[in-house]
Amino acid sequence: MSDPTQLTLSEARDALRAKKLSAGELAAAHVAAIERADVLNCFVTKTPELALAAAKESDARLARGEARPLEGLPLGIKDLYCTKGVRTTAASRILDDFTPRYESTVSGNLLRDGASMLGKLNLDEFAMGSSNETSAFGPVVSPWRRKKDGGFDDARIVPGGSSGGSSAAVAARLCLGATATDTGGSIRQPAAFTGTVGIKPTYGRCSRWGIVAFASSLDQAGPIARTVRDAAIMLRSMAGHDPKDTTSVDAPVPDYENAIGASVKGRRIGVPKEYRLDGLSPEIAALWDQGVAWLKDAGAEIVEISLPHTRHALPAYYIIAPAEASSNLARYDGVRYGLREKGRDITEMYENTRAKGFGAEVRRRVMIGTYVLSAGYYDAYYVRAQKIRSLIKRDFDVAFAAGVDAVLTPATPSPAFAMGEKGQADPVEMYLNDVFTVTVNMAGLPGVAVPAGLSANGLPLGLQLIGRPFDEETLFALAAAIEAAAPKTQLPEAWWVS
Amino acid sequence: MSVDSALVHRIAHLSRIKVEEAEVARLGQELSAILAFVEELNAVDVSGVEPLTSVLPMKMKQRFDVVDDGGKAEDVLANAPEREDQYFVVPKVVE
Repeated sequence: MSDPTQLTLSEARDALRAKKLSAGELAAAHVAAIERADVLNCFVTKTPELALAAAKESDARLARGEARPLEGLPLGIKDLYCTKGVRTTAASRILDDFTPRYESTVSGNLLRDGASMLGKLNLDEFAMGSSNETSAFGPVVSPWRRKKDGGFDDARIVPGGSSGGSSAAVAARLCLGATATDTGGSIRQPAAFTGTVGIKPTYGRCSRWGIVAFASSLDQAGPIARTVRDAAIMLRSMAGHDPKDTTSVDAPVPDYENAIGASVKGRRIGVPKEYRLDGLSPEIAALWDQGVAWLKDAGAEIVEISLPHTRHALPAYYIIAPAEASSNLARYDGVRYGLREKGRDITEMYENTRAKGFGAEVRRRVMIGTYVLSAGYYDAYYVRAQKIRSLIKRDFDVAFAAGVDAVLTPATPSPAFAMGEKGQADPVEMYLNDVFTVTVNMAGLPGVAVPAGLSANGLPLGLQLIGRPFDEETLFALAAAIEAAAPKTQLPEAWWVS
Repeated sequence: MSVDSALVHRIAHLSRIKVEEAEVARLGQELSAILAFVEELNAVDVSGVEPLTSVLPMKMKQRFDVVDDGGKAEDVLANAPEREDQYFVVPKVVE
């Protein structure tokens, strides 16, 4: 086979079963591609030895006809997932050489089903960021480039965040798929920025156990992959009840792949008027209209809906997420694991350790969270934000009760930008990236970003579909319909290969 | 809401994060910008609205009250920056 890294995950799976390709060849091709792509900085830690050893076991199983669902498929794992015996950093200095003695439930589920790990993928520090520029291990570079004068501009484009290593590695064909996490848009925004598919499932669909916590009532695991089908295959293995996470839901996991190609005839798609923000770029507005037209052509019924509290979602998020982060990140105290800086007494040891270990964005969010939870402010900020969260959820409940099956919106307010272009003077400018995605986390709903075309300057654009709780199947069916209708996009030639 | 230098110091101490004097003015501006961004929430009518505590109606699962894990001192201590036998070591906290 010419270059197995060009296969999708499902094509690779089928080629392995048809014996047209060995797991050894597939793993070796990805290991080689990763070695040549250091300029993209996708990986914090590479584990070629694990992928190659797993491939041997997979080839033996394939030969015996005992293939598991993901047998022999090499994946990347976001470095927020604890991996047994492999350093886990959350892209922060404060975790130092932390090497878990256990495996996160979701990455363990993928290994159980026969997948292998090529390495740990870079991210924004503690998943706090929208451009992967806050990583202590340096920014990730997108394989995409802006068009300029018939060629390409060499400005380095961000892959989105926080799952920027996941999105860039999948887009650049360094792995067949990757795990990611989403607290306010961290799966869907990087997927949209890189022309990949990312799904944040319903809160509770995947276990959070063993994933470094950011904001526990919002965090959810999900895959980034190159096709809707590949995302469906991965999510089926990742999802499921886990007694170790009391918020994970004890409900059967459907075979999501069956939803690919299912008819969307007669499905009711809500188009929320409040998402048509003042100053929405005409390019994004046109993309959205195009998405409506594609679904209509596929037989869906389009209805305008109202989600009146949409505009409050992002400010409320920037109270709730930092508040929960300040509590979760209290564990980084220099005592049990990670970095320790000396101090004259224990308080100074904590303060020095946390000042040295946390980057600027993490410090900002911990401080905001600490402030909004502090005595005298808790009701005014945190409780109020949680009430607004009830209103946001109620908006969706009303729309679904009126018969809407899914909601269609843009995934991001703009295409990807170049490094250093946003958030330098004002952190809020970067936060606005999540304006279309954050409502979904606030309401605990599933949301998928699917590629829909290219911007005028040649960068990918994505659409988002939001579903009813635990109805990921409808999202996969609708996303597959958009994928089938959307123009096929082409990455620039592999300029990053060294 | 403007965050002055005294408040920056207070929040930093509550957060157990040391701040350098040179960072205080910039941090004050950044925190003020974030608080200004969330200020619009004060205009929302939330009377009679319950704060959301769980995104989905679900009953917390219970398990039998038995020991089902443990005895892993070596695993727990494996990543400690400083340890002695089966203890974490911290600076002296009692005089």
